[in-house]
Amino acid sequence: MSRGALTGTRIRERRMLIGMRQADLARDVGISPSYLNLIEHNRRRIGGKLLVDLARKLDVEASALTEGAETALLEALREASGVATGSPAELSRTEEFAGRFPGWAQLLSDKSRRVDELERIVEMLTERMTHDPFLSASLHEILSTVTAISSSAAILSDTKDIDPEWQARFLRNLVDESQRLNDGAQALVDYLDDTDGEDSWYSSPREELETYLEKRGYHLPELEQGKLDPNTLIQNAPELSTRSAREMARAYFERYMQDAAKLPLERFAPMAQEALVDPGQLALQFGTDAATVFRRLACMPEDQMHQRIGLAICDGSGTLTFRKPVEGFRLPRFGAACPLWPLYQSLSRPMTPIKAELEQAGRPPERFTTFAICQPLFTQDFNGPQVLEASMLIVPAAQTPSSPPQPVGTSCRICPRGDCVARREPSILADGF
Amino acid sequence: MGRDVLLIEDEPNIIEAIRFILSRDGWSVRTHSDGLTALDAVSDHMPDVVILDVMLPGRSGFDILRDIRGASNLNRTPVLMLTAKGQTKDREMAEQLGVSRFMSKPFSNADVLDAVRELAEA
Repeated sequence: MSRGALTGTRIRERRMLIGMRQADLARDVGISPSYLNLIEHNRRRIGGKLLVDLARKLDVEASALTEGAETALLEALREASGVATGSPAELSRTEEFAGRFPGWAQLLSDKSRRVDELERIVEMLTERMTHDPFLSASLHEILSTVTAISSSAAILSDTKDIDPEWQARFLRNLVDESQRLNDGAQALVDYLDDTDGEDSWYSSPREELETYLEKRGYHLPELEQGKLDPNTLIQNAPELSTRSAREMARAYFERYMQDAAKLPLERFAPMAQEALVDPGQLALQFGTDAATVFRRLACMPEDQMHQRIGLAICDGSGTLTFRKPVEGFRLPRFGAACPLWPLYQSLSRPMTPIKAELEQAGRPPERFTTFAICQPLFTQDFNGPQVLEASMLIVPAAQTPSSPPQPVGTSCRICPRGDCVARREPSILADGF
Repeated sequence: MGRDVLLIEDEPNIIEAIRFILSRDGWSVRTHSDGLTALDAVSDHMPDVVILDVMLPGRSGFDILRDIRGASNLNRTPVLMLTAKGQTKDREMAEQLGVSRFMSKPFSNADVLDAVRELAEA
């Protein structure tokens, strides 16, 4: 085991050593495979009963997973040095530094982690302030209401000889606008304050649908087995609260059923993991198109796959119409994504499969294999307008790629790559955050 | 000095307040609330001053301003833009399009009245 291993890494290495599947271990200790995946990638802290349970299932002492915890500190210091700008740190003396000045080393590590957290918050809030349609509309609404109130109040206050009829009218306007301001401000406060769960961050019907699918693991057995029709499933999903979200869900569910009919779960699932090497082969075997295979792979039950698979779909304008994120490869919530993604390159080459190894900027950068294809949608007939849709499957790279991966970002606004030739706007991260 | 103002705004109570203060100052105030037909309203009434909101149903005030400046019979008409979108980039966009005066919400009645008087005299 490497000297720098972290607890999550130790768990992963031990599990793989004894040949246990991630999904099996997760089930045995009563957590989801997604959560275990986060733990194994050191993205969730672990301790207490869960650590003991995991150690027992892995047939090791809990201390074997955590001893050498000081190595976490060394890892954190190396990570901090990797993102630092300016004078390079003396990496070769990291252990000496941690040994001689453990307090300072821990402080540096904590601060680095905190900076990382704050950067993410800044990214999210900036993105939200810039693109969040609810927030923007709410603020404009409030400003307009305040204007109406102040104008009406000034008229009542400054006009000595105001006609009683006009006076009554402006008083009524004041009451109405005050109520409107009250409602608008309350809605805004509720929206900003309610940070207990992801639900509170909805800003669009599409996010309602994606959050619903995330909670279901993107797999909908009711539709696979034909137990429910899309309308009934929607009726059973109160979290799809808006009419637009329900309409989007209906379209998604209908397509899901069509895909399931083309690629039945019992035949497709056994081949799904192998399909990640070349989804095109599976499309040929089933006599269908690659995009359908992508969508089926992205909605496989979590316990049937060794890792989570991401999927991004966009229309001909480049607007993301579906997002299933995967750890380490972030998809923007609002606005346009990185123009270097193969997803967008495929739009200029319809029907041409594009495979690419990518490395998305992050801490640390992670590598992915992506498969992208752009296909026309025949929405009308041969006289109708051409409607294109591009899909990109995102698979965590199983091994180091033979060639250097293409560096990409999430979106320009929150991408730290300063020398990118495709940049369309400055990054908030490059300007001192 | 002209005395005709066309107010293109869709907030009823703001319309009522501006109409009141301008009317008491002797202005003839017409109103219009639809962005799609706003340019026609300007052409039809040929006002001395246009007060234009940015966020209108159907069409943005920026687009309407661009059309006003592009029309040979309207391009000298003073336009006072009122908006809740008071960011620098919005102000710059309005200035590039040829706005005569830009005012962010919330504004005072006195400021609007002063601006209309100045624009009509210019």
